[in-house]
Amino acid sequence: MFVELNNLLNTTPDRAEQGKLTLLCDAKTDGSFLVHHFLSFYLKANCKVCFVALFQSFSHYNIVGQKLGVNLTVARERGQLVFLEGLKSAVDVFFQTQEEPHPLQFLREANAGNLKPLFEFVREALKPVDSGEARWTYPVLLVDDLSVLLSLGMGAVAALDFIHYCRATVCWELKGNMVILVHDSGDVEDEENDILLNGVSHQSHLILRAEGLATGFCRDVHGQLRILWRRPSQPTAQRDQSLTYQYKIQDRSVSFFAKGMSPAVL
Amino acid sequence: VTLSEGARAGIGRELGMLDSLLSLGGLVLLRDSVEWEGRSLLKALVKKSALCGEQVHILGCEVSEEEFREGFDSDINNRLVYHDFFRDPLNWSKTEEALPGGPLGALRAICKRTDPGPITIALDSLSWLLLHLPCTTLCQALHAVSHQDSCPGDSSPVGKVSVLGLLHEELHGPGPVGALTSLAQTEVTLGGTKGQASAHILCRRPRQRPTDQTQWFSILPDFSLDLQEGPSVESQPYSNPHIPPVDPTTHLTFNLHLSKKEREAKDSLILPFQFSSEKQQALLRPRPGQATSHIFYEPDVYDDLDQEDPDDDLDI
Repeated sequence: MFVELNNLLNTTPDRAEQGKLTLLCDAKTDGSFLVHHFLSFYLKANCKVCFVALFQSFSHYNIVGQKLGVNLTVARERGQLVFLEGLKSAVDVFFQTQEEPHPLQFLREANAGNLKPLFEFVREALKPVDSGEARWTYPVLLVDDLSVLLSLGMGAVAALDFIHYCRATVCWELKGNMVILVHDSGDVEDEENDILLNGVSHQSHLILRAEGLATGFCRDVHGQLRILWRRPSQPTAQRDQSLTYQYKIQDRSVSFFAKGMSPAVL
Repeated sequence: VTLSEGARAGIGRELGMLDSLLSLGGLVLLRDSVEWEGRSLLKALVKKSALCGEQVHILGCEVSEEEFREGFDSDINNRLVYHDFFRDPLNWSKTEEALPGGPLGALRAICKRTDPGPITIALDSLSWLLLHLPCTTLCQALHAVSHQDSCPGDSSPVGKVSVLGLLHEELHGPGPVGALTSLAQTEVTLGGTKGQASAHILCRRPRQRPTDQTQWFSILPDFSLDLQEGPSVESQPYSNPHIPPVDPTTHLTFNLHLSKKEREAKDSLILPFQFSSEKQQALLRPRPGQATSHIFYEPDVYDDLDQEDPDDDLDI
């Protein structure tokens, strides 16, 4: 996890808020550093994490995770991490006979209406186990990324329903957190992605939006991060809820600075 | 200077437009966006209805009952009836708990009530309904609900029905939004600048011109509405009332002003390409004594000179 990002969000693994949905979105840049941040953040917070990883392989996340101080293999063996490796298990749908529907069952069906099997996988993974002692603090669902479901043929409303049910179970019932990555293609013609992005935005409590710089690629400033807080439990009189920072990604950390204040420029 | 009675009453009416949204009845559309969310305003209006003694039904599809009721005190919560479509709206858990008929069935059931008091129905959210139901079905149901009190031939007098619908603008195309707008008696669009929220209220009353007004407001922690005059002065850091505005046309080295004679000459000038009748006459009949111009032409070897005047057949 990136300590500077924790400072910006005013949170630490020990005292993170529960029951919140965080939306990560990226436009014209790669926002996956945010996924790695939250994965290591919640593993360090001793949460039970269900990671629906549709975009990259397990070893990719593991390698990056080791740079950030978490070992995904160990976490998976301990039972702290439930990892759905989309790239591998998509093939399993076709080559293994399963009794219950596979989480990615929709790949097999011509007219898959909903993502109910995927939701049931998540619910099963995060349901509290009565083993006497509470091993993990609270459950967390991480999805990287939701736009892949659109590319695989699901409709935006089906994906939104999946998020809705996950929110009802993970955030409300189990008082856990959710972190969802949605790409913003910026493509005017991709209406389904826009509906998906806006629909999840309306459901989220915190939106982190990584954007490429409008002027193009820069060696010292890799992009801009917009932080938007929504849905406070109590309405505040002054709603100063949006912050913007620029960032530079380094090997093991990300440094944030105010706009125009990159150390390379000063 | 004192204001006349009528003017003062007018201003009172203006400030109270947000307050009196519910008194008009019918469908009130709350259009919000990601940046300016509308659920707080919805809850504030729900609280206002409850305080007026109305019964309030909430079709909750987007947030849990706990979250919706949070911030209300118990006497308001007693007047709220929450129909829960959050936990299992699509009946994925296959239990028998699902409310029959879905949200529209619940809506119709609310309207078939026997007591004649006024009720308020809050749809949280209309966007959820629009994404999951055909637009035509939804519009027909909304029309039936909000026009219930004007239904003729019904012996039992039914009280006024107000429907508050929360609509997330970015999720829908112009067609469905337009259909809902035409059904609505009042449309409130949320916006704002620099931390100060505003509501643009467009009100369509039957047989009257639509009125619109922008009202700045904020919602207090107990969900009561605080109407404000405009963005607060602290949010404009660059305006300083002690420095008078400077006139940039003083102390110039050139003259920007015209004297009276110059102005008259300028006004009476005919522009070169403006074709007036005097100009036409001057061109067609050159006045005698005017120096005519001569053209001296040395024909080339290859030139084909024709002594006839090609304009001879023109009748001018």
